[in-house]
Amino acid sequence: MAYLLAPRLLLIMGLLVVPLFVDMYWQRVLCSAGIYALLALGFDFLAEYAGLVCLGGALFIGTGGYIAGLLNHYFHLPPLLTIPIATVAGAAFSTMVLIPCLRLRGIYFAIISFMFPLFAVFIIIALNVFGGTEGISALDTFPSIWLELYLILAAVLVSLFAIRRLVNENMGIILRGVKDNDQAVRASGISITGYKTRAVFIAALLGCFGGAYLSHLYGWLGLSLFAMDFSILPIAATVMGGMGSLVGPVLGAFILTPMSEALRGFGQLRVVLYCLILIAFMVYKPEGIMNYLERKYHQFEKWEEV
Amino acid sequence: MEILIYGTVNSVIFALIAVGFTLVYGVSRVPNFAHGSIYVLVGFLTWSFVNDLNLNYALAIILSLAIASIIGLLIYRIVLIRLRGMATSEIIASFAVSLIILEGLRMQGIAGFKGFIGPFYVLKPFVEGKIELFGIFIDYQRLIIIGAGVALVTALSVFTHHTKIGLSLRAIAQDERAAMMLGVNSDRMAMIAMSIGSALAGLAAVAILPLGNISAEVGYRVLIYALAVCIIGGLGSWGGAILASFVIGFAMKISTALFGALWESVVLVGTIIVILLFRPSGLLGKQKELEERV
Amino acid sequence: MAGDSILQVKKLSKSFGGVQAIMNVSFELAKGQILGVIGPNGSGKTTLVNLITGFVKPDKGEVLFNGKDITALAPHKIANLGLTRTFQVMRPYHSLSAFKNLIVPLNSPRVKRSAAGKLGDMDAVAIDILEEVGFERDARVPYKVAGSLPLGYLKRLELGRCIAMRPELIICDEVFSGLSMSEITSLIPLLERLRMEGITMIMIEHRLRELFRLADKVVVLTFGQKIAEGLAEEVMNNQMVKEAYLGTETKA
Repeated sequence: MAYLLAPRLLLIMGLLVVPLFVDMYWQRVLCSAGIYALLALGFDFLAEYAGLVCLGGALFIGTGGYIAGLLNHYFHLPPLLTIPIATVAGAAFSTMVLIPCLRLRGIYFAIISFMFPLFAVFIIIALNVFGGTEGISALDTFPSIWLELYLILAAVLVSLFAIRRLVNENMGIILRGVKDNDQAVRASGISITGYKTRAVFIAALLGCFGGAYLSHLYGWLGLSLFAMDFSILPIAATVMGGMGSLVGPVLGAFILTPMSEALRGFGQLRVVLYCLILIAFMVYKPEGIMNYLERKYHQFEKWEEV
Repeated sequence: MEILIYGTVNSVIFALIAVGFTLVYGVSRVPNFAHGSIYVLVGFLTWSFVNDLNLNYALAIILSLAIASIIGLLIYRIVLIRLRGMATSEIIASFAVSLIILEGLRMQGIAGFKGFIGPFYVLKPFVEGKIELFGIFIDYQRLIIIGAGVALVTALSVFTHHTKIGLSLRAIAQDERAAMMLGVNSDRMAMIAMSIGSALAGLAAVAILPLGNISAEVGYRVLIYALAVCIIGGLGSWGGAILASFVIGFAMKISTALFGALWESVVLVGTIIVILLFRPSGLLGKQKELEERV
Repeated sequence: MAGDSILQVKKLSKSFGGVQAIMNVSFELAKGQILGVIGPNGSGKTTLVNLITGFVKPDKGEVLFNGKDITALAPHKIANLGLTRTFQVMRPYHSLSAFKNLIVPLNSPRVKRSAAGKLGDMDAVAIDILEEVGFERDARVPYKVAGSLPLGYLKRLELGRCIAMRPELIICDEVFSGLSMSEITSLIPLLERLRMEGITMIMIEHRLRELFRLADKVVVLTFGQKIAEGLAEEVMNNQMVKEAYLGTETKA
């Protein structure tokens, strides 16, 4: 058991300590990585524990970011208020928008979640609201880099452990039941649409927090909050890190984000790269890093006993 | 009158785009998210062949369609074949392929391969000029689109009802297990479907792209249109896809006439949401809802 | 009160595409009874179950449970009223351990309502229920992953899933199929115990001998229609039933 505990402590310590040793540029990168980690965590939770493939993480980031930014810009609410409000309101809105497809087969959810961020962009441009194509700048930012950093890292760690608890609690068990055999869940008197809605809401909370945080990180909101990046990198991070392991996606995010930063000079090549990595893992090592390690660990454990 | 003609053209555009996607989905139940990217790829290849290699236009088209079918086949063979049955992974993988192609095309010059440097990549229409029809001027290209659409539907109809391969495709689409028991190779059919589907995407591209520009955004837009048609018409239903194309095609043109071009997207989103709320399996959806899958 | 009508099926009909799966089927069931539903393969037995439990909407007809019209209700609502079913095609939550499979029904509104917060440790309750249906507590069987359990245990798990809901009526869809003689013999006392606790049951079965030991009355379906209803011996002597199972004689 101690063996399982050690990597976790390592992760926590690592996340908390590394920021102290890197310079400001990379600290900012860690902040971004944190946002992607939240998205990846949400994606993994929805995909492996609720059976819903969400191709539109950007929807959450965009909704959270826009709500926080607009509250800040038009109502002059401070980040301390806008972030929590945007997290909850954004999650509520995103969930409501996705509810119609929860009654249907998983593929509909994938399609709709993919389309919505793009639709949001169309609509914002077409109706020229919320700053239109230019966006809105000069939002409040955080008073210090340390606050920025530790806020997001704390959010990641809290979310990680909360979701890990959740999947072993009743709600998590029911969700896994829905994924394994939804008809039996219905025959047991439980409304699967209700539970799926709750699952989407939870994932949305994570994403919208990330979005709200992001708009205050750079003090700016715009169409890029709905960028494809936010939809695809979490997926790549999850597949690479190991679907279902919850820690894996977080790990994947912290690996891919710095990597993508390092490749910033190559422009869109980054996205091509994430996708190539994604496909490579899917085809050759679908279990992902964490699941692979866990399996190897169990193998070694058995060796020892002999 | 104008609405009737432009509405029809628009509807045929949607139908052309959706047909390749529906074929692949119907046969292999794999939603080919790379559909839009192949569309753009073909457009781009044709442009390159014509402008960089100075090939004859018709030859360029035929060449790019051939390449498209090969690429479709390869996508299946290399990636999707290992993921059959795992819906989650199929979606993610084809989505990733789509991004590779589209974002790759967006890049600026890599090893001599020119990326999109500006929004000014334009395919010339096949036949220039307009004719007058019922008092409205309409380009030849738009007529070609309608002609292509009709020809395509007829050709596909004949193909799937009277050729051995076509019949096998239909068999797999209707009942995979039964068809396999009769000796139809499911993977091979899926590969054929993917290559035909990709060629169809390419065909749609060469017919439609002359009306506008070639850019990566178009790829996403085309994918969304294909998905919208399938959702509104019902995943897997051919009749539904055609019907939905007309519904969307006319709805968008009518809304442009009434409210202005900017509201087109809003109308599209609205239609999708309405369908999902009131008739989730699509207008002619044969695939039942989640509920009825005991 | 025992003897009251608990389930009334009136003129149920359903067709899929061109196939009439169930046509004009009606019967009534009193509380505490065990009804057997038999018929050759393809006669629509499982469709009947799906129609009653809300998984498929009928084209015509109605279903009344304890006097309440449940025809148009969603399956989970019907289950919450106390009408549960097993599935013919065994599908446990294969990634979860056996007792965790029962956590799902224990979280249903029905159980929460009746327990009113006094359920205590759900895990312990789940294990108790499993023991009731025959999972040996000492051998740690309840803790095994459901996907690895043999068929006999899975059938019991299905029944456990229904029992966890504290139902009034359980529909057992071919619960004996696939089991060996000894497994069936060991399952029968469980079913008899359920009957003694007052639970009404409908059993869809092919194993006629075992069914007739339990059933109070029997309904026979062929090609979606009810062709006979009554006590076991009556029904088996019915000419039409014999023809349905054995075919008609051809004159040489």
